[in-house]
Amino acid sequence: MIMERRLITLWRIIHTGIVNFMRNVTLAVAAIAVMVVTLTIILFSLITNATFENTIAQITNKISISAYLEDTTTEAQAKVLVAQLKKQPSVHRVQYLNKDAALKAYIAQNKNNQNLITAAATVGNPIPATIQIYPSDLNEIQHIKDILTTPENTKLQTPGSPSYNGDRKQAIDNITHATNVLRKIGVVTVIVFAIICALIIFNTIQMAIFNRRDEITIMRLLGAGTGYIRGPFVVESAIYGLLSAVFSILIINSAFLASSNALQASSLGLLDINYASQYFDAHFFQLLTLQIAIGIIIGTASSVIATHRYLKFKTK
Amino acid sequence: MILLDRVTKKYVRSEGTALDRISLHVEPKEFVIVIGQSGAGKTTLLRLLTREERPTSGKIIIGSIDYDKLKDKDIPLLRRKIGVVFQDFKLLPNKTVYENVAFALEIVGVSNREIRHTVPKVLNIVNLKGKEDRMPRQLSGGERQRVAIARAIVRQPRILIADEPTGNLDPKHAWDVIKVLEKINRYGTTVLLTTHNRDIVDKLKRRVVVIQGGKVTSDRASAGYKH
Repeated sequence: MIMERRLITLWRIIHTGIVNFMRNVTLAVAAIAVMVVTLTIILFSLITNATFENTIAQITNKISISAYLEDTTTEAQAKVLVAQLKKQPSVHRVQYLNKDAALKAYIAQNKNNQNLITAAATVGNPIPATIQIYPSDLNEIQHIKDILTTPENTKLQTPGSPSYNGDRKQAIDNITHATNVLRKIGVVTVIVFAIICALIIFNTIQMAIFNRRDEITIMRLLGAGTGYIRGPFVVESAIYGLLSAVFSILIINSAFLASSNALQASSLGLLDINYASQYFDAHFFQLLTLQIAIGIIIGTASSVIATHRYLKFKTK
Repeated sequence: MILLDRVTKKYVRSEGTALDRISLHVEPKEFVIVIGQSGAGKTTLLRLLTREERPTSGKIIIGSIDYDKLKDKDIPLLRRKIGVVFQDFKLLPNKTVYENVAFALEIVGVSNREIRHTVPKVLNIVNLKGKEDRMPRQLSGGERQRVAIARAIVRQPRILIADEPTGNLDPKHAWDVIKVLEKINRYGTTVLLTTHNRDIVDKLKRRVVVIQGGKVTSDRASAGYKH
């Protein structure tokens, strides 16, 4: 009996919320418009952040440190060093090329420069065996360099190895610095936008409920319980959040379609539109779910807080 | 039964006393009219009874409920036992006539079937049959007041408080409303009516309590009053 009554009450709350939503179209349109804009900003900043992360990952993948081994270094010694490097969490991937493989790679790299190939063939194989180390994070390059430059590892390498030196070092340091800054900007942007958007949505719903505060007072006077009064407002706000999330996804989708069809653009400054579009397509349902969750959570939390002040009883 | 014992109400921000040691005893099934000029304290008295306000001092008891012992969470339960008709109607603007009346039943968990059975009957009593689907803004003042009465009586409360229910109405509609209140009283509901309409007071021939300056200055039966 109690369970049945609770279910009836729950159904009435949901039904009233939906009916109120339809009867307050003007207010709903205004609230949804604001929420769509803010959720679109959140979604855009999320995709932008993911795109920047991808750009950083691509840059990181292209950067490697090469350790050139002395001809006197045995293959067993090289493998010990490779194993030591592979154990490091800062190392993403290690590739060992013996002298023959290194020569083949050199010839392949310089297949258009016949003079270099002829010169290499004339003097025998001048290319040293090489260990190529790909860092998992550009910030860890120095750590990898420290391992390679221990006294016992230095003995295994040619003078000037590892190759993380001179101009290349400066370039890699600059890239590392730039990617670090980009990462921080991305994270801070997402957080700042999320906070601003939450505040905007909260204020929008607070305004919508402020306009209907008399209804809350009347329901209170008639003896309605807190949950019964607040429930329909929460349902309404959840509908705002749901619809806003769907609209914001549609807007971003349209923007990608427009950029690929009309503008034929593949990038927008630092933003790789192609990747952003692929990321959006690949994560469509996750992003939609996330947007809906954000919309509903911020919407319902805002309505709970906003109705609170009108539900209080006078204590004096 | 309504009992007020030396009830005083002072507002923090205003000087003077809204109600000054008021004592009043209303028997079950009684019809009591409270009269007084604007600002005399009538509305404050009713706001105390609905627990919109707390008294500064004194005791209020309605039925078996002692307001001193009433916790905030129990205030909705108290209000469900009292029917209130407000001078400004206080109808829910986004609900139809039917929904406004049904709301009073919904909040106490009455089944949909019972609501479908009861609401039309009550709307019939207040002569609003056929206007169930109208929104409050589509009704005249008198019709709105009758919706408010229907909403107040649909739960068949033991006590009905009506705060100047004829204040915004023309004489014809005012009398329609008073007739409905009399009918409800005949069914056994205690009615506490505030008004400053002398004509209504004279014609009703009921117990009349006069409030002036926050004090009860007279409490007597008007001519022809029978209880």
